[in-house]
Amino acid sequence: MEIKVMANILDKNDQIANTVHDRLTRQGIFVLNLMGSPGSGKTSLLEQTISALKDEIRIAVIEGDLFTSKDAARIEGHGVPVIQINTGGGCHLDADMVQSVIERLELSKLDLIVIENVGNLVCPAEFNIGEDVKVTVLSIAEGEDKPLKYPLIFKQASAVVLNKTDLLPYTSFNMEAAVEDITGLNPQVTLLPVSCRTGEGLTAWYDWLRKQVAAKKQ
Amino acid sequence: MAIAQGILGIALDTAAQNDAAKILRVSLLVGQLTEIEPASLRFCFEALAAGTPADGAQLEVTVIPLTARCRDCGLDFAIENYRFFCPECNSAGIEILSGRELKVEHLEVE
Repeated sequence: MEIKVMANILDKNDQIANTVHDRLTRQGIFVLNLMGSPGSGKTSLLEQTISALKDEIRIAVIEGDLFTSKDAARIEGHGVPVIQINTGGGCHLDADMVQSVIERLELSKLDLIVIENVGNLVCPAEFNIGEDVKVTVLSIAEGEDKPLKYPLIFKQASAVVLNKTDLLPYTSFNMEAAVEDITGLNPQVTLLPVSCRTGEGLTAWYDWLRKQVAAKKQ
Repeated sequence: MAIAQGILGIALDTAAQNDAAKILRVSLLVGQLTEIEPASLRFCFEALAAGTPADGAQLEVTVIPLTARCRDCGLDFAIENYRFFCPECNSAGIEILSGRELKVEHLEVE
């Protein structure tokens, strides 16, 4: 016997993600899902961002990691609330994991929650976790071929941060091709070349983030 | 793995609602713009299905091509090389028609 089903496989996750998003929207909190490869500089970008903005924006961080709390320890050093989620080998965060920890944050005292996803260009792109926007970090050392090899994560991003621009003189990274591929995939994207090491380009990233947080407050 | 779990959950629920004892085949619709690798999805599904009514069920994957419609000139077209622009008028104002599916289409049970 054949049974017609037509059920969305990610429906359950999306429903929980909507609940998380509604909960945080009622508090006026802007939620950012930060994605990218291991070593692309997600945690470094976060550290720079917290140092620069923590006096004007009340930030908390949720750290996704396979097994360790190394990134959470780095964030904790900057004096903002941080919650660690260990996925126990799972390659992405899902909405249920985020829902189970958000009430541990003092939501009435926050403007921005950054959720740092597990380092991976594949699975995180498929799972909404209650965010307002997704941001993908791609580092120069990874090569300009990544957007077309992992298109979804670049298509879903509201902003793509091209990190480690200080390495450009030492690599064969083709910036023109990278920009063409990313904007071809995602014509509305905000592209932000930065170096977390030298600080170059970070002002534009802070301005973008400030605007998003302010818009959510209204 | 989480997607295989989602598929198995839907398959087992549907089979139970229809009083089916065994699931023989699960047919999926998978869009071109998804991060699904059929071989690893099958591997995960088989591992999770062991010992359930879906044990040994065949996972059939139909890939749905990426297509879009231009909001400016109304053209329907296939997206090639992940260029999300209208090939006719070069507009970036396009709407995806297909290619993001991740669905259980039907089950074969007994």
